[in-house]
Amino acid sequence: MKPVHHLTTRRHYRLLLPVMLSALTLAACHHDKKDAPNTENRTFKISITNLTANQPLSPLAAIAHTHGYHAFMDGQAASSALEKLAEGGDHQPLIIQAKADSHYLDSRTGTAPIAPGASDSLEVSVTHGSKAYLSLLSMLVNTNDGFTAANSYHLADLALHQSRTLMLPAWDAGTEANTEAAGTLPGPADLGEGYNATRDDTVNQVGIHRGVISADDGLASSVLNGSHRFDNPVARLTITRID
Amino acid sequence: MKKQILLSAGALSLVLSSSFVQAAEFTVSVQNLTQGIHFTPLLVAAHPSKNTLFKAGYSASPALQAMAEGGALTGLTADLDAISGQYIANPAGGLLAPGKSTTTTTINTHDSKNQYLSVVAMMLPTNDGFIGLSNYPIPKHAGTYTININGYDAGTEANDEIINGGGAPGTAGIPAAPGGDGGKNATGAAAADTNTKVHIHRGVLGDTDANGGISDLDSRIHRWLNPVARVTITVK
Repeated sequence: MKPVHHLTTRRHYRLLLPVMLSALTLAACHHDKKDAPNTENRTFKISITNLTANQPLSPLAAIAHTHGYHAFMDGQAASSALEKLAEGGDHQPLIIQAKADSHYLDSRTGTAPIAPGASDSLEVSVTHGSKAYLSLLSMLVNTNDGFTAANSYHLADLALHQSRTLMLPAWDAGTEANTEAAGTLPGPADLGEGYNATRDDTVNQVGIHRGVISADDGLASSVLNGSHRFDNPVARLTITRID
Repeated sequence: MKKQILLSAGALSLVLSSSFVQAAEFTVSVQNLTQGIHFTPLLVAAHPSKNTLFKAGYSASPALQAMAEGGALTGLTADLDAISGQYIANPAGGLLAPGKSTTTTTINTHDSKNQYLSVVAMMLPTNDGFIGLSNYPIPKHAGTYTININGYDAGTEANDEIINGGGAPGTAGIPAAPGGDGGKNATGAAAADTNTKVHIHRGVLGDTDANGGISDLDSRIHRWLNPVARVTITVK
C-alpha cells in the first residue's frame, strides 16, 4: 500500500558523472546540478481549476522566482502581505513584496475571481529557466483567512511542452480567528470585511486549513452553510512549459 | 527532464557503491502541518517491506493500537527490535506542537533489509487518530524527498471525543488536550467505529460548548484536513 501524496516532490538532484572522468572530478560533482545556462528563456502556462463546492478563489497571484523566495513558510507567522491576500484577497502587496526580492523573476495576476468549477490561466516568462520556481496564491474568499497555493514549486525539470499537474490544499494564514461570523468574510457569503491588521487566530502561524464548520454543522454564529465546507484538494494546478 | 546519470562502471563500482548504490544514510524530518493538533512522540522506523507498522484496510496490531490510543511506543519498538528493524523514537523529545518540526539523527541502513520507512505518532486530542506513513521505499539516490501524509484512525476505539485521561488500549476516552483548549463533561460524540480496520480518519466533530455538549473538543480548534504532516527524507 502506498501512502496518499498530495504533493510529492523531489527537489534536489545531484549528478553522478561518467566514469571516464577523474576521481577528482567525481568528488567535485557532488554539488547541485547546473545543467543549462541561466540565461535560458522559458515561458510557462499556468492553469488552475477551482474544485470547491462554494468557495470562489480570489484573482490569482503567480510569482516566478529562483530558490530562496518564500511567499510563506509552514509553521511560521505570515507576512503582512500574505495576511492581506489571505484575509481580503488583495494580491498587490504580495506582488510588490516579491518584486523587491532578489530572487524575483516574473509575476502575473488574475483579473477576476475564479468561481467554483471555473478555471483561469496565465503565463509567466523567465530568463533563468534552469533555476525557476513558481509560487501561486489565491484566497478562498468565503473564509476568514484561508488560501490555496503552490509554494515554491520547482519548474526547471519541465521539458518543452511537458506539463505537470498538482492538487493544491488549503492553508490557514493564522492571522484571523476563524469565526465565520457576519461581517468578517469578504466573499459573497457575507460581503464583510477583508483585511484587518489584528492577529487573533488560535496560532499566529501558517498551517493546513482545518476547514470551515458552518451553521449547518454546529457553529451557530457562522454565516456559512454546508455548501461552503471544503476538503482538500481545493484546486488543480497544471503547469505547462510552452516556450 | 533532469535525471541522474547512473553508471554501471565496473572499475568504480566498489568505490561508488558505498555512497549511492544502496540507501545508506539518511535523516527524516517531520513537520506538524495542523493548526490545533499535537503529535505524541514520533516513531521513525526503517524495516523490511513485510514488517510495516500499519496498513490501511487491515486491523491495527496491538502495538499500533497502544500508540494510537495513548502514544505509547514501547510495543512498536519491541516489534522492530524483534525483526532487527532500525528506528528513532521520540526525536522531538516530547510532543510536536502545531507548525513545529523535528529531524532525526542519521539512520544508516546500508547492507540491511531495512529499506522501507514508516512514521507514526498519535494525534492529540483524538481517541485513536495518528499520523501515518507506511512502507515508503527509502530512496536510493542522494537528494531531498518530500511526502505529505494523512491522518488515520486505528479503528480500535470509539471516537467519543471525551477527554478523561483514557490512554491505555481498550480504555475509552482521550488522554489529554495538550494545548489546554479541551472541554469537559461531554456526553460523547460517537459509538464504536463502523470500520474497525485502519482507515483514513474522518476528522473530529467538536463543538463550541467547553462544559458539556457532545464533545470535549473545540470544533474551531481541533478539526483538521489532510495533509496533517510533512515528511522530508534527506538521503546523503
